[in-house]
Amino acid sequence: MRSPVDKPGARSVPLLSVRGLTKRFPGVTANEAVSLDLNPGEVHALLGENGAGKTTLISMLYGLLQPDEGAIYLDGNPTTVRDPKHAMDLGIGLVAQHFHLAKRHSVAENLALGLGGTPFWRPLRHLRGRAAEYAARYGLEVRMDALVGDLAPGEQQRVEILKALLQGARLLILDEPTSVLTPQESDALFQVIDRMREGGRGILLISHKLDEVRRAADRITVLRGGKVVGRRVRGEVDAAELARLMVGAGTATPQRLGIAPVGEPLLRVEDVWLRAARGSALRGVNLEVRPGEVLGVAGVAGNGQSELAQVVTGLARPDRGQVLLGGVNLGRMSPREARRLGVAYIPEDRRTEGVVGAMTVTENLVLRQVRDPEFARGPLIDWRRAEAFAVEAVKRFDIRTPSLSTLARSLSGGNVQKIVLARELAGEPRLVVAAHPTYGLDVGSAAHTHERLLAQRERGAAVLLISEDLEELRLLSDRIAVMFNGRIVGVLDAQEAGGPTGRARLGLWMAGSVEA
Amino acid sequence: MRIRWVKRSSTPPLLPLLVSGGSFLLALGAALVAFAAYGLNPFEAGATVIERTLIGTRNLGEVVRRTIPLLLAGAGLVLALRARFWNIGAEGQILAGAVAASGVALFVPSLGAFTIPVIYLAGFVGAALYGLIPAFLKARLGVNEIITTLMFNYVALYVVRWLINGPWRGKSVTGFSYSDRFARETYLPMVDGTRVHIPTLVIGIVLAVGVSLLLRYTRLGFSIRLMGEAPAAARYAGVRLLPTTLALAALAAGAAGLAGAGEVAGIHHRLIEPSSISMGYGYTAILVALLARGRAWATLITAPLLGWVLAAGDVMKVSLQLPFQLTDVFTGFTLLLLVAAEPLLTHRPVLVRPQPQPAAAHSAVAPSAEERREGA
Repeated sequence: MRSPVDKPGARSVPLLSVRGLTKRFPGVTANEAVSLDLNPGEVHALLGENGAGKTTLISMLYGLLQPDEGAIYLDGNPTTVRDPKHAMDLGIGLVAQHFHLAKRHSVAENLALGLGGTPFWRPLRHLRGRAAEYAARYGLEVRMDALVGDLAPGEQQRVEILKALLQGARLLILDEPTSVLTPQESDALFQVIDRMREGGRGILLISHKLDEVRRAADRITVLRGGKVVGRRVRGEVDAAELARLMVGAGTATPQRLGIAPVGEPLLRVEDVWLRAARGSALRGVNLEVRPGEVLGVAGVAGNGQSELAQVVTGLARPDRGQVLLGGVNLGRMSPREARRLGVAYIPEDRRTEGVVGAMTVTENLVLRQVRDPEFARGPLIDWRRAEAFAVEAVKRFDIRTPSLSTLARSLSGGNVQKIVLARELAGEPRLVVAAHPTYGLDVGSAAHTHERLLAQRERGAAVLLISEDLEELRLLSDRIAVMFNGRIVGVLDAQEAGGPTGRARLGLWMAGSVEA
Repeated sequence: MRIRWVKRSSTPPLLPLLVSGGSFLLALGAALVAFAAYGLNPFEAGATVIERTLIGTRNLGEVVRRTIPLLLAGAGLVLALRARFWNIGAEGQILAGAVAASGVALFVPSLGAFTIPVIYLAGFVGAALYGLIPAFLKARLGVNEIITTLMFNYVALYVVRWLINGPWRGKSVTGFSYSDRFARETYLPMVDGTRVHIPTLVIGIVLAVGVSLLLRYTRLGFSIRLMGEAPAAARYAGVRLLPTTLALAALAAGAAGLAGAGEVAGIHHRLIEPSSISMGYGYTAILVALLARGRAWATLITAPLLGWVLAAGDVMKVSLQLPFQLTDVFTGFTLLLLVAAEPLLTHRPVLVRPQPQPAAAHSAVAPSAEERREGA
């Protein structure tokens, strides 16, 4: 294991140079001739939308993928990164978007995992001192004996960073590091990044958030469609220009019409509790959504948002409290009964819950309706009817598929989401529950999804929008509620949420502070 | 030169059957090696086996006789397989069907023209009820069905032994353990000069086609596929776990029960030692279903193939003085090859030359941004 470079090195040789890296997958070029440099003591941000090729690039740097063309230089020497183990030996550390920690083991045990030179007997004995030293130097406070599963996401992330540093990472790749953090936790992370920069390490920061990139980066490389479309250095950064570079031309932002929702609430959730494996997932949730209104639900993942969606769609039965749709209690109903009352559901995990990968486009388009009288001929399914429905849906939602009998698993995420939308929004639902509807989608598909949801609002449907993307929530919602630890801890109007004080309040609520 | 495995965007339609066929042929090759290991000329021995299994009504009849229970149990297992309900209990369900059918044949007074239909019905219902128990335990309490169905095979085996040694032991029988002979009118019509019981064969063919149609065209079939492919999506689409699991388990077990009824009413005409009623048909049927790869109609091909293997085992034992267990070597080897070839269905081997060439593969569907992320 190499020792980390702890003083700023000579500027002449970059820590990492990437030259003309190209990676092709069947039917698509994920990276095309990508080049960039990263010096020691520098933060280099890689900015781009979902699908711009950021993940492909870091996968090649970390040895998960091999480039088809181009070369990677470390300290000026051409290097083939064989696999992640090799990457670690070379001093490359990756903090992935989703943490790779053993949840039922302590922090110290997780740090020891995969660490070279760990003695067989009592493996933790040398570790604590070194870990404490790094933690103090970089502001990475962690409780060494706590179980990782008990830690907040921000703390787990600190464990991941600490682990990479202990393994001797001189070059640290942070993949969308703020996606699971509250605004306050993000601030703490950027302080850590600043200290690591001062310590002479090189940091590659992957992000699609303009403000954090502007705040932290010395240099910025913008990727779009797998190609470098712009480079900037600190100081010459114009936010609007960066956004244009990142998104490209031709995507209009959908507009929420200024008509205010009226009338009695259609959905009333009253003091709903739901037990979970550990403790309660929902602890007395109250909320109301009126027809023609989008209620956004913000919050850090795992604070009861998924369970809220399950309770409203009939997938889970509340232990206490009521879920009323126009006065009818949904609490005891099956998903099928809830749907027949007009509840549409765009589930969180579109590939495993939204569609069945091994079934055809047609089958997926009628997944929930196939047992309705409309498609029934006795015990048989009227596939002619179903196909007619599918032809219509493919046209109306512009689903790009080679044929109706193509398996859903071979379609892109955007087209999969179109299938889900076409199915769920058929039959004019009264309530639309959408969970993270644009997560992982490219810009065009996300905009399309937003349009469809807003069209439902204009039609007079009530929309419950669960998302972690504050930008999306601000764009679509009439009101934004924040969930924390199984409760709604605050609600803001769209106008209030747009301003700087509104943003701060949302952040505090997301972090669990009720007094704001 | 080395081989890289590239993920397929879709599985070519004929590939699964090609893989099944290839596994079977390779196993046949291995059988020839086994002949040689016993000191026989593999080609002479192979010729003997082919002659004694495929030439002449009597020999062909033996193949068909073995095919019948494999077809019935196998078609039922395809149904279970599609729902990812791992029913290893067809052997016990065959015995349960045989017991129920024997009960009717031995103790119910003459029903005239209805006798034979009622015997089949009893076989179906008896096995279905027996198969419902593990299904209920699985759907309600989450008990692993692989373990329960496997253990239920032994329960069924000992129940049959107890019956033929105890309450149902024939009054006219001395020295042996089996029931009295059934009444004449329970005998199934046979193909002359063979042990092929015609109605069971017909039921088997109808069932294999029927299960195919069930899966394709009915709501129950759709629910079963949905449950097997994507449990989360099934729940959200409104498929109810308990009734669907019970229905498919009852159908799968009932089909095996029909095979048991056919064996006792068609061939033995009494309830006898379990290993004579079913010499592992229930286990071999798992292979029948696996080779058919979820296509029920394909059991019309795979069941005769395995039926032929079992008939060949008889020939090896009688004519070549080889152990019948060679058939287990063969079926085991087929299964091994089948499992080993699984990655072929999802991945494509590509030869890579030392100079790395871009993998210029094209697919009909361009993976999206998201898939790129997932692939990365």
